[in-house]
Amino acid sequence: MSSNQKFTPHSWPDHPEKATAEGKNKVTGFWLFLGGETVLFATLFATYLALKDKGPSGMKFTSQELFELPLAFVMTMLLLTSSLTSVYAMYHMKSYNFKAMQAWLSITVLLGLGFLGLEIYEFTEYVHEGFGFSQSAFSTSFFTLVGTHGVHVVIGLVWITLLMLRNSKRGLDLYNAPKYYLASLYWHFIDVVWVFIFTVVYLMGVM
Amino acid sequence: MSHEIEIVSKSPKEFAYAKKKSAEAMRNQVTAFAIMIFFTFIAFALVMAGFSPTLVVPVILLLAVVQVILQLYFFMHWSEKGHGIPQFFMYSGALVAFTMVLAFVTIIWWE
Repeated sequence: MSSNQKFTPHSWPDHPEKATAEGKNKVTGFWLFLGGETVLFATLFATYLALKDKGPSGMKFTSQELFELPLAFVMTMLLLTSSLTSVYAMYHMKSYNFKAMQAWLSITVLLGLGFLGLEIYEFTEYVHEGFGFSQSAFSTSFFTLVGTHGVHVVIGLVWITLLMLRNSKRGLDLYNAPKYYLASLYWHFIDVVWVFIFTVVYLMGVM
Repeated sequence: MSHEIEIVSKSPKEFAYAKKKSAEAMRNQVTAFAIMIFFTFIAFALVMAGFSPTLVVPVILLLAVVQVILQLYFFMHWSEKGHGIPQFFMYSGALVAFTMVLAFVTIIWWE
């Protein structure tokens, strides 16, 4: 069978992402990568917690007066909702509805762009107030942690957009089903990291 | 790479069953989403209400952990079969992560 095999909703497998050996390997390998990403973010969280409100000139800014909860709340809602819309996309992937899957992924990308826009706004505000990347140990650890997450959001958006464009005429098959599945896993992982960022950085920061 | 995949067309009954299963999974995912939104509201409300940090910090950390577990099990499909290896990878990662954070918040400013 070639990977170009066409399907109908009736012949489409229950787990298309794992129906081929390649798909199975991709899913397993991707989870190993996510395990590594967990450790990467842990180092950044640990550094942030150790250097919070500290540094040679760090005491000029404290997390308490810097962070704004309403903005963090809106960003959280955008990202959490985008996680649900990508779940919807995978629901339609599994029922072999290519158009609906692409539509839900587009909404996911739009919500992600909204999140990214607010993060850029937030960072530029901080820099204008004098809280730049090299202002203090606190500012460096903050921008590295939240910025690395932001870079993941950018990568996720580019990845999903390219997948959608690249396969727009091809439709769903067992060659690209694992690709979509992994992109959605990556997007969920971005939300998982954000749950800890809004709790540890923003909520615990303003207390 | 030649790899044989048997293409089996589902009977109407099997198709209806698969549809039902996937609708059930969807219901669980929407419920998980509702709980996550609810927990987020509670976490922000607790902090904005200005309770003592010693009380609020453990609660919001617990809410975050529960949210992540819901995300992993329902959004990232751990509740489906065959996720032993992903769980092994992620729990190993979480163990290293926890140890590292614990070390950094306790040892760095040791007095």
